[in-house]
Amino acid sequence: MNTTTKTGFDMLEIKNLHVSIGERKILDGLTLTVHDGEVAAIMGPNGTGKSTLSYVISGRDGYEVTQGEILLDGENLLGLEPWERAAKGVFLAFQYPVEIPGVATMTFLKATLNAQRRARGEEELQTPDLMKRVNDAAAKLGVGKEMLRRPLNSGFSGGEKKRMEILQMALLQPSLGILDETDSGLDIDALRVVSEGVNALRDKKRSFLVITHYQRLLDYIKPDRVHVMAKGRILRSGGPELALELETSGYKDYIGEAA
Amino acid sequence: MAALKETVDAVESIDVDAYKYGFITDIESEKAPKGLSEEIVRFISAKKHEPEWLTDWRLAAYRRWLTMDEPKWARVEHPPIDYQDLYYYSAPKSTPGPASLDEVDPELLRTYEKLGIPLREQEILAGVETRRVAVDAVFDSVSVATTFKEELARAGVIFCPISEAVREHPELVRKYLGSVVPVTDNFFATLNSAVYSDGSFVYVPKGVRCPMELSTYFRINEKNTGQFERTLIIADEGSYVSYLEGCTAPKRDENQLHAAVVELVALDDAEIKYSTVQNWYPGDSEGRGGIYNFVTKRGDCRGKNSHISWTQVETGSAITWKYPSCILRGDNSQGEFYSIAVSNGFQQVDSGTKMIHLGRNTRSRIISKGVSAGHSQNTYRGLVSAHRKAEGARNFTSCDSLLIGDRCGAHTIPYIESKNASAQFEHEATTSKISEDQLFYATQRGLSAEEATALIVNGFVRDVLQQLPMEFAVEAQKLISISLEGSVG
Repeated sequence: MNTTTKTGFDMLEIKNLHVSIGERKILDGLTLTVHDGEVAAIMGPNGTGKSTLSYVISGRDGYEVTQGEILLDGENLLGLEPWERAAKGVFLAFQYPVEIPGVATMTFLKATLNAQRRARGEEELQTPDLMKRVNDAAAKLGVGKEMLRRPLNSGFSGGEKKRMEILQMALLQPSLGILDETDSGLDIDALRVVSEGVNALRDKKRSFLVITHYQRLLDYIKPDRVHVMAKGRILRSGGPELALELETSGYKDYIGEAA
Repeated sequence: MAALKETVDAVESIDVDAYKYGFITDIESEKAPKGLSEEIVRFISAKKHEPEWLTDWRLAAYRRWLTMDEPKWARVEHPPIDYQDLYYYSAPKSTPGPASLDEVDPELLRTYEKLGIPLREQEILAGVETRRVAVDAVFDSVSVATTFKEELARAGVIFCPISEAVREHPELVRKYLGSVVPVTDNFFATLNSAVYSDGSFVYVPKGVRCPMELSTYFRINEKNTGQFERTLIIADEGSYVSYLEGCTAPKRDENQLHAAVVELVALDDAEIKYSTVQNWYPGDSEGRGGIYNFVTKRGDCRGKNSHISWTQVETGSAITWKYPSCILRGDNSQGEFYSIAVSNGFQQVDSGTKMIHLGRNTRSRIISKGVSAGHSQNTYRGLVSAHRKAEGARNFTSCDSLLIGDRCGAHTIPYIESKNASAQFEHEATTSKISEDQLFYATQRGLSAEEATALIVNGFVRDVLQQLPMEFAVEAQKLISISLEGSVG
């Protein structure tokens, strides 16, 4: 970890966030706090703005923030470019990782890692050092060397793509890891490998926002807090038991409540 | 991959709107008055102490040229060129054939240093120890220095300015000059034949594998000087040669005309690999200035089993009009064309190839990658043809275009003609845009928008970059990134 946590601030603080795409309002006064070292699960029905939340935190274009703040360790992220946020420790594991044809995975890993290091004023990693780090991390996640030579995500299976996301997270050592529906499209074995990869990164100075539709993932990645999101805001927060409750009751109460 | 880091570094080190090679070297030059006439043609020929046959050859070209019109079929637009307002000859002062580098004007050497050209032998070796590159440096119109000449001579390879070849090897020049691109070929080639200044000459004798890659750097330096390079490469039976051509030019406000001719001849079982990185001044951000590059490049696979391969990386020039082609005359001969054409700003590219299948079982392969950004227009124009006797001819063509932004254009114009029923021609084409998803993904991982674009583009052109010799590939990758500067954000 390269960023030292400033005292007196939570890792992530989102205050009264309002976000629109064009005329359509997606987030409607969302407030959320994630403490240092905490794994926070965001659960909610489809189409409720969970992915939007992950994109707005990481700085994707096309979302208009009309009100509110997003603070990472006390620092406002709004107005920063995606790469600036990345260098400050924001990592988003995509629901649908993107293919980049012709760019070898190892090349991509080196470029991104060194770009972040430069942005933080750190020395760039030389290839032997980088290779060692990548190979160590890859071995833990069952990512073969052959995969590292292939173009990034091109022709990878769903499980391979998700493992590659976790591999990148392990290399980039973010202070906030956002997992957007990481369990989607994974069989049970892949889910276990991916979850173990995440669990190995848990640290008192690293927080996670785990976005998921189902309880299943949370059997493997045990959350400290569970937040129920519907209609663009957090409607209820609680401990891990809340996830189990949702498993039986579903989201219908929340959909009604917010309407 | 080290090349990637280079790319990223190159992108970072760019000053906006500052063309890296935009400086002017102050060397007094000796030049002919503006304009073109029989007198000027005779003046050029006399300056170069040419034999009468060559003077006559030039004059015949000039007279022919007077009857020709500029071709209008390309998808490019430019104000009319006033051919009487150009200089057709200029030579750096005091260059009566220096015997060694010590005799070369230090100012000239400094220019090469600024360009990063490893002219000195130790510099060449310092770059890549195990590989050797011979440089025949063409400064404006007269070649001023040639390295590695002795070692090449031991192998029997002739590599020298074409003006020298006319004096030293007249029989070869006379036999092959204009045999691939005839004097009457097209407006620009005919103009070149009349007024060509200098260029390179290569002859690789029978059965010789050229011991090093041959390299020429061209550089336009004199204001308003048309550059009319002439290159002639002959690979005799069973020989092999790889030739690298790289270009940079100083910044100019006025348009400059460049009309080179390159002729390649491959005899039985011979192979020629010709690689180009072209980075002439493309004009400023408003589309002012820039080089007009009207080039005729053609290879003749004259012998059986001969093989000619063109690889080009085109990033510069305001206008590029260029179709490196292969005439597949010998049975079982092969032609290849690998191209990356990057356009940005207001650049116009109309480039491609012609694969003319004449012999039996001739094969050709075309891989073209066009990248358009800014307000540029990028056209692939290609012809694949099989003549009646071209039994078993085969071609594979793949043309991919990548668009960056929504104000540029990509066009693919393939012509396919077959007069032989056994010919098999395949054509694939795609046009795509760099997706928002790809950009966001890469920037989320820490790359700036510009770095991300360079990386994605380098992935797109990878198949072609791999065709280049290693040291050239690195330079090409840098150029691609530099020329896409300012295309995002």
